[in-house]
Amino acid sequence: MTDTSSTDERVKEMSGLRRAMIRPELGGMVGVVAVFTFFLLFAFDSGMFNMQGVMNWTTVSAQFMIIAVGACLLMIAGEFDLSVGSMIGFAGMMIAIFGVVLGWPMWIAILITFAICIAFGALNGYIVVKTGLPSFIVTLATLFILRGFTIFIPQTVESKTIIGGIREAAEGDWLAPLFGGKVGGPIFQWLGDNGWISTFTRGNLEGQPVIDGIPMLIIWAIALVIFGHIVLTRTRFGNWIFAAGGDAQAARYAGVPVDAVKIKMFMFTAFCATVFAVCQVMEFGSAGADRGLLKEFEAIIAVVIGGALLTGGYGSVIGAALGALIFGVVQQGLFFANVESSLFRVFLGVILLLAVILNTYIRRLITGER
Amino acid sequence: MEPIIQMKGIEKHFGSVIALAGVTVDFYPGECHCLLGDNGAGKSTFIKTMSGVHKPTHGEIMFEGKPMQFDDPRDSIAAGIATVYQDLAMIPLMSVSRNFFMGNEPIKKIAGLRFFDHEHANEVTMREMRNMGINLRGPDQAVGTLSGGERQTVAIARAVHFGAKVLILDEPTSALGVRQTANVLATVDKVRKQGISVVFITHNVRHAMAVGDRFTVLNRGKTYGTAMKGEISPEELQDMMAGGQELATLEGSLGGTV
Repeated sequence: MTDTSSTDERVKEMSGLRRAMIRPELGGMVGVVAVFTFFLLFAFDSGMFNMQGVMNWTTVSAQFMIIAVGACLLMIAGEFDLSVGSMIGFAGMMIAIFGVVLGWPMWIAILITFAICIAFGALNGYIVVKTGLPSFIVTLATLFILRGFTIFIPQTVESKTIIGGIREAAEGDWLAPLFGGKVGGPIFQWLGDNGWISTFTRGNLEGQPVIDGIPMLIIWAIALVIFGHIVLTRTRFGNWIFAAGGDAQAARYAGVPVDAVKIKMFMFTAFCATVFAVCQVMEFGSAGADRGLLKEFEAIIAVVIGGALLTGGYGSVIGAALGALIFGVVQQGLFFANVESSLFRVFLGVILLLAVILNTYIRRLITGER
Repeated sequence: MEPIIQMKGIEKHFGSVIALAGVTVDFYPGECHCLLGDNGAGKSTFIKTMSGVHKPTHGEIMFEGKPMQFDDPRDSIAAGIATVYQDLAMIPLMSVSRNFFMGNEPIKKIAGLRFFDHEHANEVTMREMRNMGINLRGPDQAVGTLSGGERQTVAIARAVHFGAKVLILDEPTSALGVRQTANVLATVDKVRKQGISVVFITHNVRHAMAVGDRFTVLNRGKTYGTAMKGEISPEELQDMMAGGQELATLEGSLGGTV
């Protein structure tokens, strides 16, 4: 107590490299290096690493990223949302109902869908914080309720479970391209004209580059990852997210509005699910009652691979994004490598297990848990 | 000297259970006031009344001479009453600096947006920790890597840094080893010398005797009275806490070791 100059002899000195390496994202980084090494070795010639191949697995990874960002922040705040998949199906169906069946302008359909879905997110959060029930149970109920509506509503009004014509309805709309459009078309055209990327050599697309732009889905994914990372690590609210998930009671005693933080995170998760859904219906041109099935687990798996703690209070958005990338690369890579698709689940299980073991070890190094 | 907080005839009923049956205690700045009592004596209920968690059923709280109403913990924190709870002081998964500023995050504006000022937070945390005699590897070190005594010390330093006039410590030493207890008691001594009123809840007479200026014993929701340092012996305190009689008999059979 009196001697303040000497360091504690029981705390080992850590080298700079070791300190820089030991981060929540380390597991995700190791995983990314591992899967890329694997596929570069075994699927290099399969077309996985040419322009189209890269765009293919990037798009799939971006889909995972969008929902993983929401699931990640919510998990760090100490809660789960199992209704993400149903929310995706529900949001897509709402767009179709408002925009196609009712024939409202697409931008109104999109905005109303966002409002409804975020309200459902808020309701999830409100029930969880007011009843003190595990979010696992509350959102499991929402999973069934939303999926039920997603099947019931189109069957009742249209007598079918898939509603098409969304792309036509979105024609000329000002908001829809924000989700369904592509950016950078002229750049890719210019690259193609100069022969730096391959172009179509036959057919009515002759001369056009094989990639005609970056889908807005990817832009959304990158934007959400950056936004989530900055909010979590660089703002007061981010500190409250960690505190709410780390120990809600201790956070309350310190004056953190824990309930409001959790409700906002449920709303953000719903927002991410809706972004996913709108991008998807714009791409497919239709909404289906079975869309988004099992997405909640895929989001949670990506987040856990990325180093977040299932019980909350610890994690990283960058890690979750890397987890989503691993997920996307493995799923599409096995397809490119011509591996029997059922083996994807085996791979996924192995990766999940290895990632959790590695992450647990890293976390113990950082937090001193025993 | 004027008391900073006067608790007058505080009663707290939970349904048909009378947890506090009229407790009157004054707390003075720059003093360490030990509240002693066995389990169930009403210590926790009493400090929760002071910190705004519970509203008293009857009685009056005077803060700096004026009657005070605390509707929730934030009111009492705003008034300058900080409470350090035994297990709930810190969040182990978070860094020391994030913990230190939890709920009071410093803000810096970049392009009109409000960001967490990590530089300021890290600098203050390192300085305050050095003052308290804790050597951190860095401000980003997780609280989970600190010992129990160090965690209590961080929590106390935090309360003092954010301007606490009254510091309530709920059994800060009950789960600690000998050396860590000594560290926490030394911290209490430092804080008291800064003119802060320390309310020290414990059921360990020796810890109380080490730092206490005044001693109040609670038993079955009532005060057994308040004694100044030097007016009372550890044995007397021990007997009062246990309600006298029974422990005296027990102690005989244990050879005075309790």
